Amino acid sequence: MNNPAANRDLARQRPDLSDAPMVIDIQKLVTHYGSREILHSINLGVREGEIMVIMGGSGSGKSTLLNTLLGLLRPTSGQVHILGEDLTQISDVEKTLLRRKIGVAFQGGALFGSLNVLENIMLPLREHTKLDVNTMRIMARLKMQVVNLAGFEHLMPSELSGGMIKRAAFARAVVMDPKILFCDEPSAGLDPIVASAIDDLILNLRDAMGMSVVVVTHELESAFRIADRITVLDKGDILMTGTVDEIRSAKNERIQNLLNRRTETETLDPDEYLKRLTAAND
Amino acid sequence: MAEAGDRAIPTRIAETLDKVGRGAVRGVAEVGLGAMLFWQSIYFIFLGRSREQPLRIAATFERAMEVGIRALPIVTMLSVTMGIMFAIQGIYTLRVFGAEEQVTIGLGISIVREFGPLLTGIMVAGRTGSSLAARIGTMRISQEVDALEVMGINPVRFLVAPALIAMIVMVPLLTLWADLMMLIGAGWYVSVDLGMSFAAYATRIIEVVEVNDLLHGLAKATLFSILITLVGVINGASVEGGAEGVGRMTTRSVVLSISAIIVTDMIFAFITTRS
Repeated sequence: MNNPAANRDLARQRPDLSDAPMVIDIQKLVTHYGSREILHSINLGVREGEIMVIMGGSGSGKSTLLNTLLGLLRPTSGQVHILGEDLTQISDVEKTLLRRKIGVAFQGGALFGSLNVLENIMLPLREHTKLDVNTMRIMARLKMQVVNLAGFEHLMPSELSGGMIKRAAFARAVVMDPKILFCDEPSAGLDPIVASAIDDLILNLRDAMGMSVVVVTHELESAFRIADRITVLDKGDILMTGTVDEIRSAKNERIQNLLNRRTETETLDPDEYLKRLTAAND
Repeated sequence: MAEAGDRAIPTRIAETLDKVGRGAVRGVAEVGLGAMLFWQSIYFIFLGRSREQPLRIAATFERAMEVGIRALPIVTMLSVTMGIMFAIQGIYTLRVFGAEEQVTIGLGISIVREFGPLLTGIMVAGRTGSSLAARIGTMRISQEVDALEVMGINPVRFLVAPALIAMIVMVPLLTLWADLMMLIGAGWYVSVDLGMSFAAYATRIIEVVEVNDLLHGLAKATLFSILITLVGVINGASVEGGAEGVGRMTTRSVVLSISAIIVTDMIFAFITTRS
């Protein structure tokens, strides 16, 4: 880490949240895709006001975990409590009510192509509140100012740059003042300056609005900058959950491989390999 | 070699049976999904407002414009052309019996009961059904459908119900227009070829075509509109694998819609001509 900005952020004062209540509590979560088990009995908690980064390589199960938390995937077993509600037990109506308290910034923005930026941001307000249009416009414009998008209200999503799409997605995600914000790969595909600005935005949103933030990413630098705690996922298991310093000093080989961007080399015993081949042909 | 060949035959049979079985299960699942989508859409159209989940009126009008008004030029052009073609064929066939003048009976009834709804259905399937499948498929791969769900907005209410109501209203209206244009096209040719005045042709058509014939055509058009919407939505929602997947499912949507229209048309004609 020779980047002075990154060093400055690593040294930032992180709040002590050890006494804060849990807003997400996952117990023994197992999730399948078809017959394939993706998440193997995972336990994880996120505290109020905390920025939890879920990190892992491709195929580690982090997207599956996020989709399960968002209720887009049904878990096979286990419990997922979000703001005190067990996702596995609540009805669809209760799930809809719960979803009004969470915001999601998708990896590609997921802005609706037929609506302009302001209409996209206003959409949750239109659907879930009875505010008049002018009030909704004011609220949406306020959020646009927070994400530095003021003045771009009438552009269509196809006219925005990658960074602007992410910002608009953040504005839409927080327009209802959610208690939890989920971000899927917020800095993926962005140049380092824009990615750094997105990291700042996440920190500012948490500080200004006091929400808990769950960020799924494989960008190490970004994770170290914003995280209060990091959970490292690997092949559907949690290898470790800890603070940035704890993760950096972890002795676990797989965590170090991930941090140092080393590929895992599988050492094969020739006899074992031959046995496997013979078994496959039988 | 012989052993390997013997083994290959049962394997091939098993693979074929596997494919047929999977296809059948998928077909049944799609019919079930279609029924569920239809039921949910009807629920949101009629009860949505009382459950604070109202139908999106602006989106419904926008869909109606797309399905109906913007399709008028192509429907008009093809309907007039088809009308002329039917008149040419009708006169040619009846000339054998020296009964060309009777062509109006065939034209009136077959256009209003059969060809108007069929032509409109096929055109709407190619134009609107495909765009619906592509739109929903693109929204699915760009996570817009997921975004709706996590925002607590029911995707059926947001996407399917406006499209369905727009189709149910506009396809029968478009069919009426297509009927009229076909009859005008046919009337023009009949008047040129047989020397019959257009007014005489129109009077004859009005005498021949009954309200029941008109209702028969409109009922079919309504049925086609539901089929096209559901097939488009189901295929759009099944898109996997990026842009290539969108193209594949859009094509599938058009093929299935047109097949469903033709089969339904036959069943409808069979049932309604029995009584």
